[in-house]
Amino acid sequence: MSLDYTTPEFLIERNRDRCIDCKVCVNQCANEAHIYDEEEKRVVSDDIKCVNCHRCVALCPTRALTVRRYPLEYRQNAGWTAHDINSIYRQAASGGILLTGMGTDRNYPIFWDHLLLNASQVTNPSIDPLREPMELKTFLGRKPDSLKIENGRLAEKLPPQLELEVPVMFGAMSFGSVSLNVQKSLARAAAESGTFFNTGEGGLHRDLYRYGGSAIVQVASGRFGVYSEYLNAGAAVEIKIGQGAKPGIGGHLPGEKVGREVSLTRMIPEGSDAISPAPHHDIYSIEDLGQLIYSLKEATNYQKPVSVKIAAVHNVAAIASGIARAGADIITIDGLRGGTGATPLRTRDNVGIPIELALAAVDSRLREEGIRHRVSLVVAGSIRNSADIVKAVALGADAVYIGSAALISLGCHMCQKCYTGKCNWGIATQDPNLVKRLNPDIGAQRATNLLRAWSLEIKELLGGMGINALESLRGNRLMLRGVGLSEKELQILGVKAAGE
Amino acid sequence: MTKTIDAKGLYYRQLNDKVQKAVAEGAQKIVLTNVNGQRYIGTRVSGPVEIEINGVPGNDLGAYMNGSTVIVRDNGQDAIGNTMNSGKIVVHGHAGDVLGYAMRGGKLFIRGDVGYRVGIHMKEYEDNIPVIVVGGTAGSFLGEYMAGGILVVLGLDRKPGRPLTGDYLGTGMHGGVIYVRGRVDQTLLGREVAVFELDEADNQILGTCLNEYCNDLGIDYEEVFKENFVKLIPVSHRPYGNLYTPA
Repeated sequence: MSLDYTTPEFLIERNRDRCIDCKVCVNQCANEAHIYDEEEKRVVSDDIKCVNCHRCVALCPTRALTVRRYPLEYRQNAGWTAHDINSIYRQAASGGILLTGMGTDRNYPIFWDHLLLNASQVTNPSIDPLREPMELKTFLGRKPDSLKIENGRLAEKLPPQLELEVPVMFGAMSFGSVSLNVQKSLARAAAESGTFFNTGEGGLHRDLYRYGGSAIVQVASGRFGVYSEYLNAGAAVEIKIGQGAKPGIGGHLPGEKVGREVSLTRMIPEGSDAISPAPHHDIYSIEDLGQLIYSLKEATNYQKPVSVKIAAVHNVAAIASGIARAGADIITIDGLRGGTGATPLRTRDNVGIPIELALAAVDSRLREEGIRHRVSLVVAGSIRNSADIVKAVALGADAVYIGSAALISLGCHMCQKCYTGKCNWGIATQDPNLVKRLNPDIGAQRATNLLRAWSLEIKELLGGMGINALESLRGNRLMLRGVGLSEKELQILGVKAAGE
Repeated sequence: MTKTIDAKGLYYRQLNDKVQKAVAEGAQKIVLTNVNGQRYIGTRVSGPVEIEINGVPGNDLGAYMNGSTVIVRDNGQDAIGNTMNSGKIVVHGHAGDVLGYAMRGGKLFIRGDVGYRVGIHMKEYEDNIPVIVVGGTAGSFLGEYMAGGILVVLGLDRKPGRPLTGDYLGTGMHGGVIYVRGRVDQTLLGREVAVFELDEADNQILGTCLNEYCNDLGIDYEEVFKENFVKLIPVSHRPYGNLYTPA
């Protein structure tokens, strides 16, 4: 037998004084980290199988369990971290590409945390959102070059718009990568909150067609589940070119996850791999992209805005300009820290640029070119809280997508094992026994709560700045100041340093 | 009810508006004359409508099409039958690149030659099995990433020495079948496919496809079968199943 070099990442500590051997942990762990020893008549744990998802910790009735980082430390070495060493062990054993989930966990700068918001003092008094109306309403879509008004009414029809009560949408997470109960939860929360969820590239399950008015339906290179009824069921159509967690590469849903329901929704045979090629093979240029955009407008009778989603990469400003000129109504930019159900680790951790810089660069570029009104900008990739959203809007975003934050509201514990299909929280799995752990009624309520809480906070922050409509903050970078940033970073972000 | 529309000087959106209006008014057959590069013809209609095109239609002919029939009396351009769900498109001349991309059902019959990247990511689903038949030759990347369906290359009226297909044939293919009339040069094959003889089931499937194709295009069916066919199928349904390791 060859030697296995793998060591546990996490240590499961069981307080024997508290453990009553009730086997809850055994039943809850899809990774089989807890097992009941029939001979010894007691529950034991195998650290190496633990992914630190906290399911057992949260459900243990006697609070007997703790999971912590495994204390095993390699000899101290500033260059070679345990992560580097363990990765080599794994690849030497398997010969495979390292696969992971969620957004990057590397220590890249988070510019949201280097941007500070303004508040009114004495002059231009602040507004109390508890007693004054505050407007978060957002319209996404192409705006006309000028408005023609006759007799107090618009004389020309506006291009199609998405109307959002809160500037937050649920980002693209396909049925297949997440469970149907996740999509049900988010679809209901979106409908309840006056916003939208995104189907991802896996089609729209028949049970969710009734939420079509709250859905943005995605068209990716695999074109899974894309047909006329699907395109017309959504409120908008999004062409997925790239994703922040895996810019430049395609997707691959393994056959194991393509059960009956996923197969019906993606319109592919059960058990077959769902491969999304890296490029759309009908798009090799901006002109080709324009052709696809207009094919979707034709297919939806020019009634739906078309979004194009790209990953934030080096030339993002020029690319966004091309997309705007190709006829997109909305550009979605997903940053370096954006999440996913599965991605090659090295791509996730090394490709792309932070969303804050990409957003600032794109907004500035489109303004310089006089075409900013032609598209709405939606940003994604690690929006963690309401303050991030307010900063994003001040930098120039029209709205944001949340993916990881939405999943966390449903119970995700960020263990990064989405790709295994063994999500103990019923989120990134198709196993019926795990899926039912997420109750869509409760999920919808929790996601709705999150949006409510964040809108209240956004209103507080706006009121503090003396602004009563989010629209007045859009692109208003004077409301931001930078701390701990270089001259160049400040210049790209288009903000002054704190104190200036 | 048949309706004739003169496409001369019309922008594609105007032309497609007219087609849509004609269908809404009950036209079952629409004859388009003087078509010259207008895109997306057939995209906005669905169900049992027949559109006959005289002239050369533009890109994305019949994109997302669902159940209608389009007959082109001339050549076609790129991306015909893009993400098509069902229906039939018959092109009496040659056609361009990226035909039948991600096509899930329906039929695409081309009389002449086709360009690059034809049948990429075709897939089948339940009773929907998309079929592309190319009367002439095909360019490179034919059937790349193919996940289902039937692709046939006949190589009729071929100039001596002209290859039947380009290279990277069936690269990444993990479902469906490609039938080629004649011999396949092994050096052109993608790594994920291999060449096999036809069995009885293949002959039946191919016979049914070609019977319809030959009927639609006025080709001698017996003549087509005088030469041998081979089939290309994926050697693995999981060409990329063994690529990853948990981080």
